[in-house]
Amino acid sequence: MLAHAIFFYFFSILAIFSALMVITSRSTVNSVFFLILDFISVGCLFIMVGAEFLGMILLIVYVGAVAVLFLFVVMMLNVAQQKQSWFIGQKSNHIPSGLIVSVLILLELLVVVGGWKYKENIMSSSNLVIDTTISNTHSIGSVMYTDYILYFQLSGIILLLSMVGAIILTYRKRENVKTQSYLKQISREKSSAVMLKDVDFNKGVNIDD
Amino acid sequence: MIEIGLGHYLTLGAIIFFLGVIGIFLNRKNVIVILMSVELILLSVNINLISFSIFSGDLLGQIFTMLILTVAAAEAAIGLAIIVIFYRNKGSIRVEDIHEMKG
Repeated sequence: MLAHAIFFYFFSILAIFSALMVITSRSTVNSVFFLILDFISVGCLFIMVGAEFLGMILLIVYVGAVAVLFLFVVMMLNVAQQKQSWFIGQKSNHIPSGLIVSVLILLELLVVVGGWKYKENIMSSSNLVIDTTISNTHSIGSVMYTDYILYFQLSGIILLLSMVGAIILTYRKRENVKTQSYLKQISREKSSAVMLKDVDFNKGVNIDD
Repeated sequence: MIEIGLGHYLTLGAIIFFLGVIGIFLNRKNVIVILMSVELILLSVNINLISFSIFSGDLLGQIFTMLILTVAAAEAAIGLAIIVIFYRNKGSIRVEDIHEMKG
């Protein structure tokens, strides 16, 4: 139990620190690196609390794909590094209201967390009780591919749509680039391509007539 | 303090949610950091769902978390594509420079 507490505080302090650095660091590349650190520490928390499959998904998919996608876009866009700090020297009239709203949201969440109590029959009201005899991945798979197959398929369709949308948004037709034209290749016919000639002996053939 | 319960995880989720919201409001640099703040908010929601799922013994929260992860990945891809074409058209992704719609 002590080890649980030590690991929880270590990873959660790391997560909060890196979340703070994501929103305050000057260079965007540093922000992406701290976002990766945040994902890793929260993924370790997930693994520690018992959701191994989602923790590994967070580590693999988020750190391996989404955060690297962020890094790729940041490096591709050549975003200039901000000289000044992010709150000095720029007049902005929505910082006070933004601070008030953010602090109010935090206070509300903390009030809700502090006042949380279990209902007595909360265990009996759930119909998907976690089976501790099989592994986390096994239990998720046995539910995901049977009872929730529709949602699984729908999330796949969402991923397909986002892929198509991203490709269509960023596709750009380039000028002066020679590419292969499949339509021209396929629609070529024998009459326009091949010519039969009778070649006389010792005279050769004149092609350009 | 030693006994780690549901409240600790919910507090962690609340703090990360707060940092994400404050990152959206206070950001003056570029839109990519705002997208990262949205990712932080979704991460805190995932922390809440998984901790409720574990501490109440219900598997539904973890399945919902997986669907949220899918939607968050799709959202990040689309948002980054929009940022790329905006940068290609305007040459800047600073938040102050984005005032085409006078919002």
